[in-house]
Amino acid sequence: MSKKSKNLEPNTGWDFDPAPEKVPVEIKAQYDLFIDGKWVKATSKKFFNTINPATEEKLSEISEASEKDVDLAVKAAAKAFGSWSKLPGKERAKYIYRIARILQERAREFAVLETMDGGKPIRESRDVDVPLAAAHFFYHAGWADKLEYAFPGLKPKPIGVAGQIIPWNFPLLMAAWKIAPAIACGNTVVLKPAETTSLTALRLAEVFEEAGLPPGVVNIITGAGSTGAALVNHPGIQKIAFTGSTEVGKVIRRSVAGSGKKLTLELGGKAANIVFEDAAIDQAVEGIVNGIYFNQGHVCCAGSRLFVQESVREEVLQKLKFRMRSLILGDPLDKNTDVGAINSAEQLKTIQHYLSLGKKEGLEMYQNAGGTPKKGFWCQPTLFEDVAQSSVIAQEEIFGPVLAIQTFRTIDEVIQKANNTPYGLSAGVWTDKGSKIFNLTSELKAGVVWANTYNKFDPTSPFGGYKESGFGREGGIHGLAAYLNLEG
Amino acid sequence: MSFIAPKSRRSIDQVGVLERAGRFTTRSIKSKSKVEGLKMALSMIDLTTLEGKDTPGKVRQLCYKARHLHDSYAGLPTVAAVCVYPSMVKTAKKSLGSSGVKVASVSTAFPSGQSAQNLKIEETKYAVGEGADEVDMVISRGALLSGDLNYVFDEIASVKAACGSSRLKVILETGELDNFDQVRLASDISMEAGADFIKTSTGKISPAANMPVTLIMLEAIRDYFLKTGKMIGMKPAGGIRTAKQSLHYLVMVKETLGEDWLSNEWFRFGASSLANDILMQLVKQEQGNYQSMNYFTID
Repeated sequence: MSKKSKNLEPNTGWDFDPAPEKVPVEIKAQYDLFIDGKWVKATSKKFFNTINPATEEKLSEISEASEKDVDLAVKAAAKAFGSWSKLPGKERAKYIYRIARILQERAREFAVLETMDGGKPIRESRDVDVPLAAAHFFYHAGWADKLEYAFPGLKPKPIGVAGQIIPWNFPLLMAAWKIAPAIACGNTVVLKPAETTSLTALRLAEVFEEAGLPPGVVNIITGAGSTGAALVNHPGIQKIAFTGSTEVGKVIRRSVAGSGKKLTLELGGKAANIVFEDAAIDQAVEGIVNGIYFNQGHVCCAGSRLFVQESVREEVLQKLKFRMRSLILGDPLDKNTDVGAINSAEQLKTIQHYLSLGKKEGLEMYQNAGGTPKKGFWCQPTLFEDVAQSSVIAQEEIFGPVLAIQTFRTIDEVIQKANNTPYGLSAGVWTDKGSKIFNLTSELKAGVVWANTYNKFDPTSPFGGYKESGFGREGGIHGLAAYLNLEG
Repeated sequence: MSFIAPKSRRSIDQVGVLERAGRFTTRSIKSKSKVEGLKMALSMIDLTTLEGKDTPGKVRQLCYKARHLHDSYAGLPTVAAVCVYPSMVKTAKKSLGSSGVKVASVSTAFPSGQSAQNLKIEETKYAVGEGADEVDMVISRGALLSGDLNYVFDEIASVKAACGSSRLKVILETGELDNFDQVRLASDISMEAGADFIKTSTGKISPAANMPVTLIMLEAIRDYFLKTGKMIGMKPAGGIRTAKQSLHYLVMVKETLGEDWLSNEWFRFGASSLANDILMQLVKQEQGNYQSMNYFTID
């Protein structure tokens, strides 16, 4: 009795009504700097706007910290280091547990604010960014009084003042990744969020106040590149932790050379996501989508190079396009939105530059139809088919929802191609065969290799790169080591 | 006829399936789309009574309910079908008359399927002869688990032949299968052998239907359609009791197969208590507050 269908097309019929998250969030008209436990005016008296990238509406004005402000913040952190580093670990832990709990209590508020300031869908900020940020504080609170057990035979000691610079793709989560281990180990912190996404870091400062964290233990200064440079070059800093572009990472490494400052860098990536013919294809397609379209592709470990074994190329492409068409792009505050706004006009320009490069190279491009909202910065999920290793689309980090698909024939070929990149942050492997997974995890030069899943994060698991993706690890025991002096 | 297993069987990754199935439950269905979805779910229900103590009286009452779900609410659909044992088909057929509500009969030594193949064919012919519009058969799980795929295939094909023009739903009883790979394999065998619908469960075994299993079956239906151009229907049965659950299933159908499957011709819920929960939600959407369960009839 089966009849020919007119159409097999996902996401047709039965349209969902808008379902915006309605929790109101108060945003001040202007934000000062958080130094020594107080909100202080920037000496520069300068402010810059922070906008909602989905609407281009101004949300607030953020202070631009000058060299002098940076100096004040570093001095406050240095002063606080004296007592904070001497506090017993279990006492430090109490503050950090408190921070984690308050974050959980105010989770919805943080999720909404993160989505408004950064453009990511509320589904992600609610289900990923905020819970993981809280988890990082919980996890590191647990280590605060157990550091000697983490490094048996050594006498772990805090380093001093840590200067931390974080990117705009996971503003709150990156702040948690940086601050939690630093203060758990007894260091004090001066943190600078990215200039387009300062709001949740500033709100986190309010949490520190609420938790009664002693003044100066964490200082939050806002600003752009010059503020960051002042922080990196300040002589009162003992450790720099940076997450961001490889380009800036190189500049930082040059400037701290010979200064005695410790350094960890978590930089760009161009991850290979490898699908073998024996993989569970439907789940692999999920992993491909999650790998590249999660957070609009603004993810340093995004699976931006897809390697598909030639025998399953047709099936994977067909199912991938099908799945892409079920992604809902639009208002990031809508609970049903899968793909939100591009973080800034500047980043959108970069992405569009690569799209036109790909087209100029004559690559087959596939994009979701359906257009994008008139206001704001948007890019439909995109893929390029049959890309060669020599194509710029396969080589450079685009940091957007753009997937380069390459095919391969043998396992040796795909290992060579996957490693044939200056980056080495992450990789994905999809196969039903355990032996293949073990082989690839040792052959792939990447800090994280996911097997039959992608973009899984946990505070217990170290994260970091090879080659130009940086050095040092965040998370787990390895992450603690980056914030301690371990000389016997 | 025999089933030729494909060279490499489709493998299913359990973690991935659970994650994807969980994702559908985070969709937020509000206002108009909620009412539309609930009415759609109502129209897809196979109202079921499958008990040793079933009587013509009980079946007649259920059939009345099928046509009069909640008369004080204007514009409600009827359910899709009433599902009964073969001995009750005639009674159900008579009470449903020309209402458009179909009569589905279970068959093939439901629920265990532990009987001889010729008896299963006879039983199916009897049910169809009594007037069943649809036949819900069970597969021989024992044969599948012992690796006799051809037996399973041949049995479905011969029951299909006995169905004549009645539509055949093939119950995999996923709660008795060992893993997701087998759910996929049983789905493929059933569709190749002539199933018009594939169905998760008898409702007599726990676990009955759940979202991950249904997703695997919907994906099998999608792949079969892409290969052959033939539409196959889907029926999760057992364990779906709340309006919210039914909406989650519909989201899954919409995002996996799309509009053409969002009708009771191609998607059904095997359920008995689901209808009243949906009715309660619909009335709440209309009136703004929940009514007592006493206002919703039990048949």
